[in-house]
Amino acid sequence: MPVFSGSELTCLRGDRLVFTGLEFRIAPGGALVLLGPNGSGKSSLLRVMAGLLKPLRGTLGWDGVSIAEDPDGHRARVQYVGHLDAVKPVLTAAENLAFWAALAGAADPAANARTALDRLGVPHIAGVPGRYLSAGQKRRLNLARLLAAPATLWLLDEPTVALDRAAIALFEGLIAEHRAEGGMVVLSTHTDIATPGGEELHLDDFTPYADDEEGGGEDLEEEGAGP
Amino acid sequence: MNRFLRLVARDLRLALRQGSDATIAVMFFVLCVVLFPFGVGPEPNILARIAAGVIWVAALLASLLSLERLFQTDYEDGSLELLSLSSLPLEAAVLAKTLAHWLVTGVPLIVAAPLLAVLLNMDAQGFGVLVLTLTLGTPILSLIGSIGAALTLGARRGGVLLSLLILPLYIPVLIFGAGAIDAAINSLTPRPHLLLLAGILAAALPLAPWAGAAALRQAVE
Repeated sequence: MPVFSGSELTCLRGDRLVFTGLEFRIAPGGALVLLGPNGSGKSSLLRVMAGLLKPLRGTLGWDGVSIAEDPDGHRARVQYVGHLDAVKPVLTAAENLAFWAALAGAADPAANARTALDRLGVPHIAGVPGRYLSAGQKRRLNLARLLAAPATLWLLDEPTVALDRAAIALFEGLIAEHRAEGGMVVLSTHTDIATPGGEELHLDDFTPYADDEEGGGEDLEEEGAGP
Repeated sequence: MNRFLRLVARDLRLALRQGSDATIAVMFFVLCVVLFPFGVGPEPNILARIAAGVIWVAALLASLLSLERLFQTDYEDGSLELLSLSSLPLEAAVLAKTLAHWLVTGVPLIVAAPLLAVLLNMDAQGFGVLVLTLTLGTPILSLIGSIGAALTLGARRGGVLLSLLILPLYIPVLIFGAGAIDAAINSLTPRPHLLLLAGILAAALPLAPWAGAAALRQAVE
């Protein structure tokens, strides 16, 4: 069974150490919830996990094999949902989604897109151009990518921003289903997303103390009390 | 290959629905050339003499016009991050986007060029070679430009910076492009110029996407 893990991860943004000595381990069906105040490195960690950002030190491993040795294999099993929605204003919701499905190698991207929009409860936006979608609809469209282009590892950066309660409940169901099929989920959140049996990772535990005097480091430490 | 074509098709669809980039480039090209008779006077001999150079310089500037947007929108809306995480190699993605850019902005220039050559009283002997040099040359402009567009991504006033970076690199293309036409008009063989242009294209085709992808990786980090 594949295990996604990281050890001794250190991340540098600009000249600030965001976190250091970070360790995590996710088994199939597992979920990891990243917690911590603003600026504690949740987004940076997700970008490191996706391979968008290179860690200063430390390694990520998939089933014992370092991801640096197999970047193509890692890209194929990751689906990343960031803060930006990547929705083209002149393409319809279905076209936007079908493109990403096709790029992931789906056999019938248009059908994938339709099913994914159905399952996120927004089949009616399929023919609507991106520029007429609301923030919440764009977010749902972005989350629909997880279903239209399936991948083992979901990396979700505050996925519930702009979503209403019903959509959050629906999305929790999708996460549970993905985990039941052996998928893995890493997500950062400020609201509560129910992830039964999921582990929590408090990023402020890994904030380097040496940098605390400069910037808002100390404030961050106080706000986010440890586990 | 399928993914590569998907990306080309998507960029073409975006360009056609937005509609502005393609028409702006070719309109600029036409207007730029039309200005010359006003500036240097309507003397047919002088216009015929400078026609090859004027058309080529205008083509350089026109292709530069829309280059800034090549990766900009994808960068701003997060598509570039997803593209770099997709199983399509980033080099191939750069090549696909450059190809779409050339189809949208380069091909209309090739079509419009013979009309402008008539306007400038260019010797009819040069028409065929004019189209041939632009067919070889405009893809080079898009390819070299893609490196600049990737490097200036996220920079303030990236368009100006892009011009300063890229225009000096266009000089060889301009020399051999205009040189081939002059040779043909003077009943010399344009073959060496065309071969050199083809050589530059053959070198730019693998090197530009490679350099562009390296710059994009820096930009998304």
